Amino acid sequence: MDPTTQPVIEVRDLDLGYNDYIVMRGLSFSVNKGDIFMVMGVNGCGKSTLLKSLIGLRAPAKGKVLYNGKSFWDEDETGQQNIMRRFGVLYQGGALWSSLTVGENVALPLQLYTKLSSRQIQEVVALKLSLVGLEGYEDSFPSGISGGMRKRASLARAIALDPDIIFFDEPSAGLDPINARKLDDLILELRDGLGATVVVITHELASIFAIGNNSVFLDAESKTMIATGPPNVLLANSNEQRVIQFLTRGADLPVNNGHIG
Amino acid sequence: MLSGKLFFDYSIPKTLLIKLSGDWRISAGLLSVDEVTSQLIIHPDTAQINLSVSQDLKWDSGLLSFLFKLIRESGRKNIPVACGGLPQEAQRLLALALKAHGANTLSVAASKRDGGGVPDPLNPARKPREPFLERSGGKALQISESLAAGLNFLGDIAVSFLRLITGKSYFRPEDFMLIVQRCGVDTLLLVSLISLLVGMILAFVGSIQLKMFGAQIFISDIVGIAMVRVLSAVMTGIIMSGRIGASFAAELGMMQANEEIDALRTLGISPVEFLVIPRVLALVMMMPVLTIYADLMGVLGGFIISVGMLNLNGIEYLNHTQAAVKLSYVWVGLIHSLVFGVIIAVAGCLRGIECERNAAGVGTATTSAVVTGITGIVIATAVITFICQILGV
Ligand SMILES: Nc1ncnc2c1ncn2[C@@H]1O[C@H](COP(=O)(O)OP(=O)(O)OP(=O)(O)O)[C@@H](O)[C@H]1O
Ligand SMILES: [Mg+2]
Repeated sequence: MDPTTQPVIEVRDLDLGYNDYIVMRGLSFSVNKGDIFMVMGVNGCGKSTLLKSLIGLRAPAKGKVLYNGKSFWDEDETGQQNIMRRFGVLYQGGALWSSLTVGENVALPLQLYTKLSSRQIQEVVALKLSLVGLEGYEDSFPSGISGGMRKRASLARAIALDPDIIFFDEPSAGLDPINARKLDDLILELRDGLGATVVVITHELASIFAIGNNSVFLDAESKTMIATGPPNVLLANSNEQRVIQFLTRGADLPVNNGHIG
Repeated sequence: MLSGKLFFDYSIPKTLLIKLSGDWRISAGLLSVDEVTSQLIIHPDTAQINLSVSQDLKWDSGLLSFLFKLIRESGRKNIPVACGGLPQEAQRLLALALKAHGANTLSVAASKRDGGGVPDPLNPARKPREPFLERSGGKALQISESLAAGLNFLGDIAVSFLRLITGKSYFRPEDFMLIVQRCGVDTLLLVSLISLLVGMILAFVGSIQLKMFGAQIFISDIVGIAMVRVLSAVMTGIIMSGRIGASFAAELGMMQANEEIDALRTLGISPVEFLVIPRVLALVMMMPVLTIYADLMGVLGGFIISVGMLNLNGIEYLNHTQAAVKLSYVWVGLIHSLVFGVIIAVAGCLRGIECERNAAGVGTATTSAVVTGITGIVIATAVITFICQILGV
């Protein structure tokens, strides 16, 4: 295949599960270079589980995940490490290392994978923290900042090494509207400036339509994907009721005029 | 190794034109801003900095970080920097970084996490109760499984340890020192109290029998030998298991629940190297120290009872102790303590890493770490005592 059109991530017939419990089956989609790819679906449908298989933490029950044509789960450990090194991951709960300060959290990947001096690392850390609006919080511990700030700090860590592919698990959950909007801008800038490919798991309709140029919808009831394509095209053309419901915040659900019970 | 290049041009008066070319990516190393600041010192009349880039420029955060620093430094000197000559994308990212973000104080609770009504067949509470035999069989299988997991984990630790010795692994001395401090300082008082009391109890119990033969002086032998050979190590081990082993399990369990361990894995850092090795090393280092200290406290306990209540001669008591406790006994005690240190640390870390990803899981992991630790200590004591018997030590 021509390397310029080859998808960065290709998921082929993937089944996900925990032991015998299958969460999702038959997922197939591809993410192209420079895409901002949205993974949508209701709570508990298996989005985070999918992410774990994409970033190499949990082998899928069946199927393949290809990165630039290389099948991740068929690689040996060094091969997997080489692919993983180009990832940046923002976990749903932030996952900052609690024994390190915010600055050290961002610095650790740089210490491991670059030859920069510690002063230069401090400079890069200052840049990354400013990008997420946390300049000056280098010496705070994760326990000493708010939930939304932790999320942004872990975003700074995720982009520390200028990753090729950035995965976000519900990046805007826990952020105020202003910062959620800034995050959208940042995602666009990262894509344009650093040529990153972005995969976002989100429920945030505003950002799905604002920045997503492709998407997949995971359905909890049928345990598979029921739609894929650009979000606004899905909204206009999909005849899956559950997709439309999701994308319109359930506009066709019965409304009880604010009365409870 | 640096391949990013700077070129200074003063063709326009009072204006410094900086031309950037070459490879400015992080992987190529970062240039220092000092070169530019020294230019500003040589040309103090500079009132404006312009930037331009060459066609072949390669860049990522390396360039951005340099420019970010430069713009802030020159901002301090009130010299404006015109970024018009930079690539569009770099300009936008820089603008984003330089923009003052105000909303830092707004905080919202961290995101939710719920199962969303999809039934979880793994939840044991919903499983029908199995018949007794099946349950006991299952338990036995579980034990052998957890033994296998333990051995596997021990193997991982050994490999990481080798990598540490050969300097290939990532090791933070600060973390290590912090854990050492915790192992020592936090438990010292407890170790003193308990070993002092055990020494006293031994002296008391021994005196009842020995009085009948008028051989009270041999209390010193009993207390000395028992404490030095096993008891101080066992007592210290039990204290450490309750305090340190449990806290290891709780910490690592929390990290597992918070996906911190996942975050390490995706970065290619082995959690064993990063989290387990410093803990095991710290505990294995502190156990013998605390055990020797407990030996002394135990003997002191026996001394207090013998001299204070049984009216033995103090000097004679100490001389007797010295004669009874051979150096080989001290070694036996130290071997105990080393083995216990490994058992406690490994049990704590293993239970923590295996922890289920919720708050209840952390509680279970902690309890289980203590139970495993203490069981391990008792079994190891039996084995070592048996071996010592055979070797005649
Ligand atoms: N460690 C686990 N063991 C067993 N089952 C799990 C585990 N983690 C998640 N599950 C189950 O897998 C399903 C999918 O979970 P997942 O976390 O992927 O959902 P999600 O789509 O990310 O939801 P949310 O929007 O709330 O983040 C859920 O039904 C959950 O009960
Ligand atoms: Mg999730």
